[in-house]
Amino acid sequence: MLRLVAEVTGNLDALKTVGRGLVIGLAAIGPGVGLGILIGKSVEAMARQPEYAGQVRATMFIGIGLIEALALFGIAFSFII
Amino acid sequence: MTWCLLAEFVAPTTKDFVWPCWGGGFRILGFSFCLNFIIFLVLLSFAAFLLLFYLAFRQPKIVPSGLQNVMEVGILFVRDNIARPMIGPEGDRFMPLLSTLFFFIFLGNILEVIPGVNFSANSRIAFPLILAMVSWVTFNVVGIKQHGFIGYLKHVMLPPGAPLWLYPLLVPIEFITQIVIRPITLSVRLAANLLAGHFLLAVFFLGTIALLQSGILAIVGVFAFALSVVLVGFEIFVSILQAFIFAILTASYIGGALAEEH
Repeated sequence: MLRLVAEVTGNLDALKTVGRGLVIGLAAIGPGVGLGILIGKSVEAMARQPEYAGQVRATMFIGIGLIEALALFGIAFSFII
Repeated sequence: MTWCLLAEFVAPTTKDFVWPCWGGGFRILGFSFCLNFIIFLVLLSFAAFLLLFYLAFRQPKIVPSGLQNVMEVGILFVRDNIARPMIGPEGDRFMPLLSTLFFFIFLGNILEVIPGVNFSANSRIAFPLILAMVSWVTFNVVGIKQHGFIGYLKHVMLPPGAPLWLYPLLVPIEFITQIVIRPITLSVRLAANLLAGHFLLAVFFLGTIALLQSGILAIVGVFAFALSVVLVGFEIFVSILQAFIFAILTASYIGGALAEEH
């Protein structure tokens, strides 16, 4: 399949550029959903239990850091391609 | 690097992250050592760090004012939001490490948006990697001190409550996630965030200049400029957030290594 596309376009560099764009875009889907769920649920928890807001926020930031790394791996790998 | 106003848009590449040596360096065992812009930035943030703490706590007063007040707020933030919730009552022992990590990473990151510098040394993988190694050595040494070597390996690899037949699967996974992956994710997270931030700012500001000079599209350039300014604010937020996340993850790893078996 890739060989076919390369023959049609006749240019591997063009394919690489497409690949870079695809890597960044695809890597952003999962973490986007994850961040939405994580932050939404955290806001819900903070609204229900305002006295635990600080604890929830600290845990939320750890989660954000862990999830965000996945999208950033995509960006880092897109430059290696 | 081109400093003149560009008539056409030139996309930033990874070559923008490679800086030439200033003057000659020297070579040891095939590695070349020299002073360049990145090393200069690290030394700059180090000097800023020392100066800030020296000026703030040179003559500490009971009733703080001025710079001492600001720095005390920062240190109290590290203590009350990072050290104590994550490590517990023993957290105060690790305050020097955690506050140093927080402030040093923050000062290194904020150089990304300071006009005239616009580059953070932390966007090269080497410096986050060294910081992550400091954190890795710390939480392993603390864990080994607490549980003994065999006890620490048991603590890491044998989570209590798992059924016996799962252990062949669980032991390698736990070892890899807790010992191997942690420093990699710590460093790649910080480096990739700042790399992406640098690209974002470069694309938007270079794009603004290109759009403003392209006739009818100049009206779009105005909006692009407004968004670029917003993105500078976003990058300031990201630099604080990344310093916070690095420190809080280090604290949570130390807390995990110190925890007793349940």
